[in-house]
Amino acid sequence: MRANPLIFAFQLIVTLLAAAFLVVPALTSILAGLTVNYFQGVRSGLTLEWVAQVWGLYAPTIFRSILIALGTLAVTLLIGVPAAWALVRKPGRFSRLVEEIVTLPVAIPGLALALALILAYGGIRAFRASDAFILVGHVLYTLPFMLRAVMAVLAAVDVRTLEEGAASLGASPWQRFIQVVVPNARPGILAGALMVVTLSIGEFNLTWMLHTPLTATLPVGLADSYASMRLEIASAYTLVFFIMIVPLLLAIQFVGGERRAMDRKTRP
Amino acid sequence: MNSADRLANILLLPLGVFVLAFFLLPLVRVVAVAGEGPNGIAEYLVILTNPRHFATLIATLTLSAGVTLATLAIGTVVALFLARNRFFGRSFLVSMLTLPLAFPGVVVGFMIILLAGRQGLLGGITQSLGLGKWVFAYSMAGLFAGYVYFSLPRVLVTLMAAAEKLDPALSEAARSLGAGRFAVLRDVILPGLAPALMACGAIAFATAMGAFGTAFTLATRIDVLAMTIYTEFTLAANFSSACALSLALGLITWGVLAATRNFAGAGVAAAG
Repeated sequence: MRANPLIFAFQLIVTLLAAAFLVVPALTSILAGLTVNYFQGVRSGLTLEWVAQVWGLYAPTIFRSILIALGTLAVTLLIGVPAAWALVRKPGRFSRLVEEIVTLPVAIPGLALALALILAYGGIRAFRASDAFILVGHVLYTLPFMLRAVMAVLAAVDVRTLEEGAASLGASPWQRFIQVVVPNARPGILAGALMVVTLSIGEFNLTWMLHTPLTATLPVGLADSYASMRLEIASAYTLVFFIMIVPLLLAIQFVGGERRAMDRKTRP
Repeated sequence: MNSADRLANILLLPLGVFVLAFFLLPLVRVVAVAGEGPNGIAEYLVILTNPRHFATLIATLTLSAGVTLATLAIGTVVALFLARNRFFGRSFLVSMLTLPLAFPGVVVGFMIILLAGRQGLLGGITQSLGLGKWVFAYSMAGLFAGYVYFSLPRVLVTLMAAAEKLDPALSEAARSLGAGRFAVLRDVILPGLAPALMACGAIAFATAMGAFGTAFTLATRIDVLAMTIYTEFTLAANFSSACALSLALGLITWGVLAATRNFAGAGVAAAG
């Protein structure tokens, strides 16, 4: 079908406008974080002064976010991967119900989840004031992503047949889990892990309610800088966030692409 | 019960304990607190009975519906264009369009401030064109732009995959049988995309209903449900209203997602 040049032009313009809408502000923020004076423009010169100031003001939030993301990853791995195997082994009404309940926190606004956690556990002072309080919120929110990623892979590789083979060779259930199930689940674990870390580092809806002045994370610091700092510092801080998040995002796209390519190859 | 079943049950236990302690129990607490206020059980319906909250509900629903329609419309045009045309720089364009996928709501709010804020790019352009300075970041319009910014990359990922799977032979057959371009779009292409449109439309809608970060960055005085819950809880310390509103909001977002989940790929977060 030959494309109508008018329709083609319309589609092209919409596409380019959409790309500009998404990319131009991000580029502006990167540039603003590196220029001496944003309002005078690049002519005022480039500098790393603002990034240095961000480091001085907000370095603890950056380290705390990395720490909480890794902690969240560890917990979701420890409770998510075994549970994914258990749920895939026995498909049925009970497994469906468990999956449904675990996935529910994704469908409920983070604000509401945080409110629930505060009402239930806010009275336990030491817990409320610690990073662990934020960690619990992040695990609640990211667990479904780990669970689903691992379950999808385990269902696709037909883990039950593999397990039966291992069992007939005399492997104990625990050996089968560690030596057969976990290695076969690796693509799902990797995809889930990237997702969990990315979501945790950027999480704000829950964290804003759960944090205390002493447990501020990167996105909380960002909100603070947007409200109270000059534009160059807010931009430099955003730049630091981009530097942390973009490699993770590219990795997610890469892993997703590999998976799709593999699916195409293995499809009969 | 064999030993593998026993191990599976043991391995399921940590997940069960975590979800029970940190999700189900707190949820029960929210339900209880919502009914413990001065209004008693009537508080559960406060979103409908309190005129101010009801107006906020309508405003939030309208905003979310508008965001969903705008995002789907833009997303469909872009996805069809990218699926049908191969050109130099296409994959670069695709990665530009999907890169903001991981930007949280707060950062999206800042992007809108840079675009349409007091010192924003748009204001500068319109001023130099003699149109006056366009500043709309700190209002409902800014929030609208922010949620479109937030949802567009997610919608695009789903729609591009769906558009790639459309069979071009169907459109060609329809054309050769005399159908106009609009008829082909309405009767062949859009029905083919319908499952993907439903799925990502639901996610965009639920996100716009419940997101908090963007509204928080843009202005605390925008009347949307998430901001109301936040002010009721932290500033007014009106816990029962905050809980009742949270329950209503959670029911809406969950309901919308559950209703459309049977359609393709619903694995994207409803928050941000």
